[in-house]
Amino acid sequence: MKAEELVGKVYAPFTVDVEKGRLRLFAKAIGESNPVYLDDDAAKKAGYASLPAPPTFAFSIAMDAEQPFKILEDLGVDKTRSMHGEQIFDYIEPICAGDTITGVQRVVETFEKKGGAMRFIVTETLLKNQHTRPVANLRTVIIVRQG
Amino acid sequence: MTIRFADVQVGDSIPDLAKPPIDRTQLALFAGASGDHNPIHLDDEQARSGGLPGVIAHGMLSMAFLGQVLTGWVPQSAIRSFSARFTAMAFPGDTITCKGVVTAKTQENGENVVDLDLAAVNQDGKQTLAGSARIALPA
Repeated sequence: MKAEELVGKVYAPFTVDVEKGRLRLFAKAIGESNPVYLDDDAAKKAGYASLPAPPTFAFSIAMDAEQPFKILEDLGVDKTRSMHGEQIFDYIEPICAGDTITGVQRVVETFEKKGGAMRFIVTETLLKNQHTRPVANLRTVIIVRQG
Repeated sequence: MTIRFADVQVGDSIPDLAKPPIDRTQLALFAGASGDHNPIHLDDEQARSGGLPGVIAHGMLSMAFLGQVLTGWVPQSAIRSFSARFTAMAFPGDTITCKGVVTAKTQENGENVVDLDLAAVNQDGKQTLAGSARIALPA
């Protein structure tokens, strides 16, 4: 499929449970020592329902649903020819352990650079929690090396 | 200490975050924690077959570090938006330092907000991420 034909495509919704152990592992992996991200009581004292997901964890939620690769499958492009060019998060409400997050990804635009050597594909993924309130919007730019 | 809007001026730097060197254990942990299991972050042979010199760090690991420079400065709930462009690869052994500078003070949706330019740089001063963020601050 041509990239232009994908613009406007909306993928089927996905649902991911945000688990406390996973958030602790993420915190450990990034060398996070702030107790808000590790200790339930510290998180609650800081005003969160439970451990908050760190700022970039919203991308891992989409990753768990393999969302970033769906456009590559549609284009018939191998993963090794693609790179993550840019990532933008807009935050609406915290995502915390115990939340069930539903996301919908939409292809926003595509364009070429460097005389067609690189194809840019921009998607947006709106995440909502179990209360159907929007929590974050992700804008992801994937770059495909062509030719 | 609570950071207040009145205390922050355009041109101010927020405190740097100097991370310890990235190692392979960290990449393995981050693969599991982030859900990005791409072998180019774990397996030299597969990374080389993809044209890389060896395993590379996850771009989102560096972006997570950049998030920590923000959450080290203000509570996470103050972050309205956060973005990064991946400008160069990071490798095991690299030492990443994250920096932020205030570029604007303004109002949005009845809140006082400041905009920051962010950067992650390696031990040679090479920029691996160029980012920005919008932070809401109390008056």
